[in-house]
Amino acid sequence: MNKILGAITLFYHKLGSYPWFYSISSKLLPISTILAFMIFLLGIVWGIFYSPSDVTQGEIYRIIYMHVPAASVAQSIYFSLAIAGFVYLVWKMKMAGLFIKAMAPIGASFTILALISGAIWGQPTWGTWWVWDARLTSTLVLLLFYLAIIGLYSSFDNKKSADQAVSILAMVGAVNLPIIKKSVDWWNTLHQPSSIRIFEESTISSEMLYPLLICILSFYLMVFVFGLMAMRTEIAKREMTKDWFKKMVEKND
Amino acid sequence: MKQHRKNRIYVILFVGISILISIFLVFSALQENINLFYSPTDLKNNPPMSDRSIRAGGLVKENSLKRDKDSLKIKFEITDLKNTISVSYEGLLPDLFKENKGVVATGYFYSTSNEFIAYEILAKHDENYVPKEVKKALE
Repeated sequence: MNKILGAITLFYHKLGSYPWFYSISSKLLPISTILAFMIFLLGIVWGIFYSPSDVTQGEIYRIIYMHVPAASVAQSIYFSLAIAGFVYLVWKMKMAGLFIKAMAPIGASFTILALISGAIWGQPTWGTWWVWDARLTSTLVLLLFYLAIIGLYSSFDNKKSADQAVSILAMVGAVNLPIIKKSVDWWNTLHQPSSIRIFEESTISSEMLYPLLICILSFYLMVFVFGLMAMRTEIAKREMTKDWFKKMVEKND
Repeated sequence: MKQHRKNRIYVILFVGISILISIFLVFSALQENINLFYSPTDLKNNPPMSDRSIRAGGLVKENSLKRDKDSLKIKFEITDLKNTISVSYEGLLPDLFKENKGVVATGYFYSTSNEFIAYEILAKHDENYVPKEVKKALE
């Protein structure tokens, strides 16, 4: 038990170190990029060309292979920001603040993708691009939280106060997550309830579900890749003048 | 864990719980307003003013759809399986509008005649995705 705990503590301390992260991420990046791209290709091609068309929606339902993965990662990224905010506030881990700074634009992008793909899907099926129902509005609020984090961060000159402020904001915004998730069950909405169920049978047929799950997996891998890249950029920005960074650049040249 | 870190966790928990409680109170006060539409039962129990535009939603009742021969006028009934209102509308319909499927109509409700004059019809689709071939095989 103590050994495991020790290993976790060691990993945690390593995670907080910029040089360690920079070197490990340069090894992870090529593999995960290839993996993300291949799985994305597999999921999208399977979903668009080889899965059956839907009985009520016909072909238009295929936008699900972009919409659901985008919405899923948009919420998960925010959840990770809230955890990072907690870690930053309690343990003052610099990497956690950097993580929020690096991930917020990625989360915002996927939220925009989810909103736009949803609008494109809504127009032919529901008959409208946008409606102020609970699901759509709470997702828009999620985007506003991301934008607020990005804006708040850039309004500070001092990185420490910026990290502190966005950590608090990231945690406050997390109350929106269960609201997004449960909005379709708590209120009357135009948006339908979720089709992928964890504890009971999904209401989407398995021939459509498998490519969808692959697409979701590939989006998470993509977020991992984009996240590593954004964090490396941010580390480079903050540590440019430090000895370890200079040495590393010289060695690679 | 060091004492000052414990203290920080207590502060975060306290603030977090207060935010949760306040959000919960706001949402329970707004419950009515967050719903996108009223069901026919809501309209029967609390009829709204007929000069205010509202949304009504439910299922399009089976065999209730009547199309006008030489215009885009249609009439149909919205049901929540307990109560029913009749709706009239003139215009284009979304692709997924069908009998026995979900619908949300925006317009004015006249409670005396139980009639709803809609100026916008949106189709709701459910969470079921079924391949065409499977549906054919079942029939």
